[in-house]
Amino acid sequence: MLALAAAASLVLSLILYALSGGADFGGGMWDLLALGPRAARQRTQIAKSIAPIWEANHVWLILVVVVLFTAFPTGFAAMMTALNIPLTAMLIGIVLRGSAFIFRSYDTRPGAVRRHWSTAFGIASIVTPFLQGAVLGALATGGIRVVNGQVTTGFFAGWVTPFALACGLFALVLFAFLAAVYLTLDARDQPDLRGDFRKRAIWSGAALMPVAGVVFLAARHGAPALFHGLTQWWAPWLLGATCLCSLGALGALRWRRFAAARVAAAGQVALILIGWSLAQYPNIVTPDITVVNACAPGATLRLLLLALAAGALVLLPSLLALFRLFKGAASHGGAG
Amino acid sequence: MNDFFFARSQMAMSLAFHIVFAALGIGMPLLMVMAEGTYLRTGEPVYLELSKRWARGTAILFAVGAVSGTVLSFELGLLWPGFMEKAGAIIGMPFSLEGFAFFTEAIFIGVYLYGWGRLPPLLHWLAGVLVAVSGTLSGIIVVTANAWMNAPAGFRFINGRFTGIDPVAAMFNRASLHETLHMTLAAFVATGFAVAAVHAFLLRRSPGSPFHRCALGLALAMACVTIPLLVLSGDFSARSVGRLQPAKLAAMEALYRSQDGAPLLLGGNPDDSARTVHGALVIPRGLSLLLADDPGARVAGLEEFPRTDWPNVRMVHWSFDLMVLSGFAMLAVAGWAGWIWWRRPPLADHPWLLGTLIAAGPLGFLAIEAGWIVTEVGRQPWIIYNVMRTKDAVTPMPGIAVPFLAFTILYAFLAFVVTRLLRQQFLETDGAVPESSPA
Repeated sequence: MLALAAAASLVLSLILYALSGGADFGGGMWDLLALGPRAARQRTQIAKSIAPIWEANHVWLILVVVVLFTAFPTGFAAMMTALNIPLTAMLIGIVLRGSAFIFRSYDTRPGAVRRHWSTAFGIASIVTPFLQGAVLGALATGGIRVVNGQVTTGFFAGWVTPFALACGLFALVLFAFLAAVYLTLDARDQPDLRGDFRKRAIWSGAALMPVAGVVFLAARHGAPALFHGLTQWWAPWLLGATCLCSLGALGALRWRRFAAARVAAAGQVALILIGWSLAQYPNIVTPDITVVNACAPGATLRLLLLALAAGALVLLPSLLALFRLFKGAASHGGAG
Repeated sequence: MNDFFFARSQMAMSLAFHIVFAALGIGMPLLMVMAEGTYLRTGEPVYLELSKRWARGTAILFAVGAVSGTVLSFELGLLWPGFMEKAGAIIGMPFSLEGFAFFTEAIFIGVYLYGWGRLPPLLHWLAGVLVAVSGTLSGIIVVTANAWMNAPAGFRFINGRFTGIDPVAAMFNRASLHETLHMTLAAFVATGFAVAAVHAFLLRRSPGSPFHRCALGLALAMACVTIPLLVLSGDFSARSVGRLQPAKLAAMEALYRSQDGAPLLLGGNPDDSARTVHGALVIPRGLSLLLADDPGARVAGLEEFPRTDWPNVRMVHWSFDLMVLSGFAMLAVAGWAGWIWWRRPPLADHPWLLGTLIAAGPLGFLAIEAGWIVTEVGRQPWIIYNVMRTKDAVTPMPGIAVPFLAFTILYAFLAFVVTRLLRQQFLETDGAVPESSPA
């Protein structure tokens, strides 16, 4: 029961990371792909949207890691060993993205230098979530085997499979979609810019469906346990709800109901991650590491959950204040 | 040079890099709110300018500190899975609390940096106070995890298995108090001296600048108040280490033979095979006096421990002496500055003092790096003192030289860019303050 609660808080942190940090990655992608006569203004809007909140958004990832190694230490050890290569590469991406973004903001030298930072920021914003998606995918493949606490399948198992790579691609498109939807709201004062982001949101939202299809098909052989999970009784309901959100988001974008589109897109991302974790349950690293056999002793889990609850009490009001200050409708009048 | 060597090198390099930003992340927000607080109290616009400029520096340093800290949280598992597998359940607690403290810091640094003019002045200042408090708190909490590696507590270790786990006892282990105290003070001292050096340098260029005069005053105030406390806490730390980790203490002092009335050895060249130190400055009975307030007290030497349990004596002893020397040098500079401030102000008109402050600028960070070498290398060959050896915790992953090189190059590049950008913030835009919101 405690282990289940810890796993649930892990999934919740992951969802919040995807909704906030994931969208920041998407912002980086659109920065790199800024096109057309308004490219410079698109970049400015993206930077303005991300700047005050990306540091806080990034902390969700740290929370995921910390909860993982506190509550499921053997699972953490196995993941860090088997997926050493993609995770190390992902870290380099995280370092480059964060520093390139801040360097771009504070470098007062002329355009050329800033463009280099911009490119580094954009590329790192693509590589990092791709690897994150591939790592999550790799956990489900069943290719990583752990015997007596030792990883026996080497350092390439799982993550260089079509399924894992498809998951990486899926994460990319998903975050690009999410970011574009958010940006339609941030650009509320600039109709032309808003139109650009709307177009991007619709295209990437539409592209998400075939990519999701590829992931699903690849799962059949690439992640059989996960695929089997997706055939349980709840799966059609969840799938239906996800599709509804997805179509709802696209429809809302079509009819320019941007606030509704944001809710639907966020719901879609949350449902996808919930579906993934339900299908994955009880495995953490399929098939050998599970929520039950990898969990820390009860004393640790109880304290961890207590700490998470207490932390949430501090965190949620602070986060609300942050987002109200920079994302609320009122903040846009003077911000221009 | 094998994978174990590179894993240790990568961890050491990552920590050595991160600690600079972590310490500045504790010290800079305090300076920033001191400046803004002074502005709110006195209404002097120069202090507002100062807090904005320092906030820009803080933003750059915080970002690099955040990403290099993320790297460390992964590296714990990427490099030392054997350690995390066992220790995660025991010391995960401080890490998760640290996560929340860091979260608060990240949120309010966003509010502070981009909230100029959007918040009432007092609330804006309070956001800064929250950054300073949560930054300090997150440093304290994460150091308790390191303290646990030195003074493991909160579990029973029977037949290679960890049972009876008590995360609270682990967090409040016997090394937590002295380590957190010493490190937190060190962060304020190092930041204070480094920032004072920057503004002393700029004052030599433009002696009249009220901006740099105020900056120097605040930075020196922070440094001079904390350095005596730091030296005192150092004494407390050494006594605690003597009690908890006698082998580490013996290596710090290069004491090979156990003896009554042990001498204090300064410098010299420790020779493990001859079990003696060549060319050290010897203060008879000094060590016994310092550790036990008794010139005849017995101090355990390295000979009491199996040769395989010794750390690298030369490295630990030299780092320790370097740290202590830097500490006392800073204490002397602070004493001199304090005397001038009291008897012959203003400080900024003493060219010799300014020159000395410039020279003393790196000492705080030198001492922090040396101190962490003492803590970490001094604990070897253990990753959990007397429980788990470092070599038993290392990843089976081959080719660790590759990530080691990659991160070394990456961090060298980041250090170069950060230095450049900080120069831009403080040197090249010496005149008017640029816009507070960079985006």
